Amino acid sequence: MSEAVALIVLAASLAAAVARPRWAPEWAVAAVGAGLLVAVGILSFHGAREALSSLGPTVGFLAALLVLADGCRRAGVFDALGAWMARGARANARRLLVMVFAAAAITTSVLSLDATIVLLTPIVFTTAARLPTNPRPHVYACSHLANTASLLLPVSNLTNLLAFHASGLSFTRFGVLMAVPWLVGLAIEWVVLSRSFAGELQRRPGRRREAGPRDDVELPRFALCVVALTLLGFGVSSLIGIEPVWIATAGAAAMVLRERPAPKQLVAAAEPSFLVFVLALGVVVAAASEHGLSSLIDNLIPRGANPLELLAVAGVSALLANLVNNLPATLIILPVAAASGQAAVLAMLIGVNVGPNLTYVGSLATLLWRRIVHAHDHDTDIGEFTKLGVLTVPAVLVASTLTLWLALQVV
Amino acid sequence: MRALVWITEDTWDGCVDRAREFLPADAEVTLLHVAPSDVEQVASGGATRLLGRRPPPPPGPPLRAIADEEAQELLQSAAERFGRPARTAARRGLIEREVVEACADADLLVLARAGKYGLEPKSLGHFTRFVVDHAPCQVLLVWPEAPPGLATIKWPPHLR
Repeated sequence: MSEAVALIVLAASLAAAVARPRWAPEWAVAAVGAGLLVAVGILSFHGAREALSSLGPTVGFLAALLVLADGCRRAGVFDALGAWMARGARANARRLLVMVFAAAAITTSVLSLDATIVLLTPIVFTTAARLPTNPRPHVYACSHLANTASLLLPVSNLTNLLAFHASGLSFTRFGVLMAVPWLVGLAIEWVVLSRSFAGELQRRPGRRREAGPRDDVELPRFALCVVALTLLGFGVSSLIGIEPVWIATAGAAAMVLRERPAPKQLVAAAEPSFLVFVLALGVVVAAASEHGLSSLIDNLIPRGANPLELLAVAGVSALLANLVNNLPATLIILPVAAASGQAAVLAMLIGVNVGPNLTYVGSLATLLWRRIVHAHDHDTDIGEFTKLGVLTVPAVLVASTLTLWLALQVV
Repeated sequence: MRALVWITEDTWDGCVDRAREFLPADAEVTLLHVAPSDVEQVASGGATRLLGRRPPPPPGPPLRAIADEEAQELLQSAAERFGRPARTAARRGLIEREVVEACADADLLVLARAGKYGLEPKSLGHFTRFVVDHAPCQVLLVWPEAPPGLATIKWPPHLR
């Protein structure tokens, strides 16, 4: 009985997040559900407090990173990136794709995939259209790299932040272990995308009457310095004994002091409703895990760190991430993976981070929902995106997981 | 004769030049551009991908406005390069279907190869292939650059 109720609350929270009904925002559904589970005793008060206190630092870290990325946007970092890409491309589509790869890989690694999806992708679209060149290869690349390039650092993806906290790895060791899997993932993306779009990329169209009006964008030096120092701080955090969350907070504070957003905008940048959703979903998943979900996952995931076992962990994680989106997938798998060791946690991350490239909306649940809502809208034809996902995801999963195993042997 | 010239970002200049070269002076010419809705969707579909996040909308005009503006710019540039009276038309949607539908009012469609440079099936490109197969009018398929030489044909070994 408890099992069924916990699963129903979890399903309702995820359904609200996917369908986003006006009358029941996902954060409220998840929070009320979490409260209900504790009130009826399905999850003990102690259990809920434990879930919240283990998620707390991660959510704080996330808030700081969101504010940092928003500060970068205010300072014009992404406009500067657009100008940099356009200059570097020199009216050549293939060179623009190189620039887009670089910009997306750096943005995702340092400022998280959210920044790439929300802030960089529109800039890439505009930059390509103004070159002019076909925006499709560049936008698709940006969208893919938001996932694939989010393997590198704990700050590159919320899933990584959650795993980072649970794994006990240092920031530097996390980055060192994931560096080669990250590079291998980027290389596979490059090979597949540049081959799939070979026709579009070899053209050198004439310039239009008016060439790029974005050449006079000023370099946001302060913001770039803050980001660089924050990154450096993360790198030495374990040496100087400061938790990375404080370094992120310092970076965010520096950006806020410089950019001085209105209090309302500052709060909006930290996305409080999202933070509540993550906390509440964590509690709901803790209840479901306690009542059977954990043992189900335990049966699916092998305990061990040989290459085949890691591949199985990555595969199951990718599957679950594709079904329900990678945030709940991480919350569900992480306790089990963490119990079997750091190798399993990192393999899980490869699965949940790269897997969602099969659909551009993040999960099958979202895709199905959109199909239902937009049943008569031809616009939702995304066959080409899916084809690219099928070409890249399995290859990246296997190659990145195997190189992760190698890295674990060496480092 | 009503001629429709389908221009894209990649091949617009070459395609316009060939159209000027081959179309009779009295042809009623329309230059067509189609904005791909799937690309805009992928570019702006971020919020749906990040479960539970409701990021503030990115600054500046919405993507669709930018796409419209760029399409108009491209059509204007093409019209100037064409150098003869021509109408312009901008559409949005699934590229191949929009082009085929636009052909309903035309006698002739001029379009450029968008794939690999070489005498081979892949020289057409995915969307061009579809349009060539399905256009309800005469089709003039042009190379946006000088046509590749015969040497680019890949013969099977036993026919070489």
